[in-house]
This record gives sequence, structure tokens and C-alpha cells, in this order.
Amino acid sequence: MKKLFKKGLWENHPIFKQLLGMCPTLAVTTSAINGLSMGLAVIFVLNFSSGVVSLIRKFIPPQVRIAVYTIIIATFVTLADLFLKAFFPSISKALGPYVPLIVVNCIILGRAEAFASKNPPKLALLDSLGMSLGFLWGLVLLGSLRELLGAGTIFGVKVLGDFFEKWVVMVLPAGAFLVLGFLVGIMNYIERKRR
Amino acid sequence: MKTLRIVLVLALVSVFSAGTLSFFELLAEKRIAENEKREIEESIFTIAPQTEKIEEVKDYYKLFDREGNLLGYVFLAEGQGYQGPVKILFALKPNLEELLGIEIISHQETPGLGAKIDSEEFKQQFRRLKVLPKIEYLKKKPSLPNQIQAITGATVSSRSVVNILNKKIEQIRRELKKR
Repeated sequence: MKKLFKKGLWENHPIFKQLLGMCPTLAVTTSAINGLSMGLAVIFVLNFSSGVVSLIRKFIPPQVRIAVYTIIIATFVTLADLFLKAFFPSISKALGPYVPLIVVNCIILGRAEAFASKNPPKLALLDSLGMSLGFLWGLVLLGSLRELLGAGTIFGVKVLGDFFEKWVVMVLPAGAFLVLGFLVGIMNYIERKRR
Repeated sequence: MKTLRIVLVLALVSVFSAGTLSFFELLAEKRIAENEKREIEESIFTIAPQTEKIEEVKDYYKLFDREGNLLGYVFLAEGQGYQGPVKILFALKPNLEELLGIEIISHQETPGLGAKIDSEEFKQQFRRLKVLPKIEYLKKKPSLPNQIQAITGATVSSRSVVNILNKKIEQIRRELKKR
């Protein structure tokens, strides 16, 4: 049980190990707060979708399962989008089209297809909780590093003094690939050392 | 039989989804509209702090001060930026020859470069800027009352802002002449 939950947090980390969900990962992590907001939105969508898919898994005809999963996911994504627009308009503005695009985040469809559709709700939720929390810490780490190097701040708080020449490229798309590449490398290195 | 089940399940899931969404949309609708309105009002107060009353007229707003004097008109303009649409709110003096100021409502310009169109430093240049014959941008310090300095490394974004404003202002003046 515990192992199932931990799987998404490290061993089978959605970003650094499976390299899934690259579109939001690369695009929204220009700052720590954006990474955090996207992570939270995905926690909401992934857990509810996995739960619902698991609950109705026995009624879904296999021929149309992907269509059904997509409708379920899209419903929760739209709810998340409405919620952000109503209560956190500034975050909604910063994330722009990337909230509705959670629909096509392959982590979510991936978990529905690979796990939730074959397991009871309790296990499905453990799995989705681990995966979404893993996704969250990945996004926050990526966002913090990029914000630190690109703007000298973390969560908008100034960390590096004026002596620091900002590496603007880090908040641009190229920086996303650079930081992600280094992080994946570091993860692999740690993994190898542990064995 | 099998086909019927497929159709039934898909229809049921869709109906359920549509129902849930309509319900929450109804709940959120009012708040979202309020947020948008509040954002516009806040922008107006930033541009013209002495505003006491905002009157909405068709597609623009009239601003009045405490004594009921007309301060100016507020318009929304939208156009293409470097990476996506740029939405600008701007206020013109009643003579339509001078800007009170501008606020960027939304944009998708490059962070650290083009995104500086939303910085105080850049927006400040539009305070009391003459819009006749039209707004111009330079890559050096401006010398005329209708010129601004473009952001270094983001000429396209700066030009977009200027072009969006010029186009809308020209359109406003043309429509007024007709009346």
C-alpha cells in the first residue's frame, strides 16, 4: 500500500522518470507560484478522475473507454478552471490556456487507462495521490529553480541580491529544457548511487 | 445489444457531465463577471485616481471627478503582440488629444523582455502623452510630446502597444467626426 503511494513520488515520478505531461511542465514553470498552482489543479483533476473512473470501471464498454475517460477528465478540468477564474483570477490569468489544457495531460489519461480502470477506488486513489503529489513537487522545484536563476526570486521573494545578473533565458522556453535536463540527470545519478 | 450499451453509457456520462458543469457554471458566473468588472475599475483608478464616478456607455466609460467634471473617456483595445493578443485599457482626456494613461489588461509577451510592457516604467511614459498626429516609438530617449522609448530587446512588443493604441484612437476620432 505504502509502496503504491510512494511510486509516484520517486521511483516512477511522472516528470523525472516517466517524462509525461511535458507540455504544462515546460510551459508553466516560469515561476514557483505558477508551478504550485498547476500542481494543485492537477491534484484535483487527477484524484477525482481516477476515483470516478475506478468507480464506474465495470460499466464502461472497452470500445469507448478512452472517450469516457476524456469526458470525465474534461469535466473536472472545466470545474478547476471555473474555480480559479472565480476565486483566484490572477492565477487563472497567469496560467492562461494551460488550465484547460490539463485535459490532454497524459499523466491523467495515463493513470486512468493504466491503473484506475483496473483497480478498486481505494488503490486507484493511492496511486493518483502519489502521482499528483509527485507532479506537484516536480513543478514547484522546476518553477523555483527557473525563477531563482531567471529573476532572482522564489515565490516573488527576493533571494539573490543586485549583484546577480539575471539569466533571462531561464524563464524562457529554452530554460525549461535546460533545467529539466539537469534535474533528470541528477535524479538518474542519485538512483544509480543508491543501487 | 452491445451497440446499445455503448451508446447508453456514453450518453449517460455526457449528460451527467453537462449537468454538473451547468450547475457550477451558474454558481461561478456571477463571481467571474464581478472579477472582470473589478479589474477594469481598478485599472481606471490607477490611471485616474481622482475619478469619483464611472459611467458605462455602450463600449466605453466616462470618468467624472468629485465635482462632476468630465475627466476623460476610457476604452479597451486589443491587438496582436509578439506572442499573442495584447489587451489594453486606456483613458483619453475629453479633448481626445492626450492620454491620461494606459494599463495592460492581459498579454502573453516574453517574460523578462516583452512582458515589461506591463511595468510601471513603461506605462508611465504614456501619462499625458500626446496622441496627435500619432504616437511614435524611438529606440533612444524621446524628444517630442508624442514619443515614447521602446523597451530594449522588446521592440516588437513596444511597437504592438503603440500600434494597438494608434489604431483604436484613430478609429475613435473618425467615428466622432461623423457625429
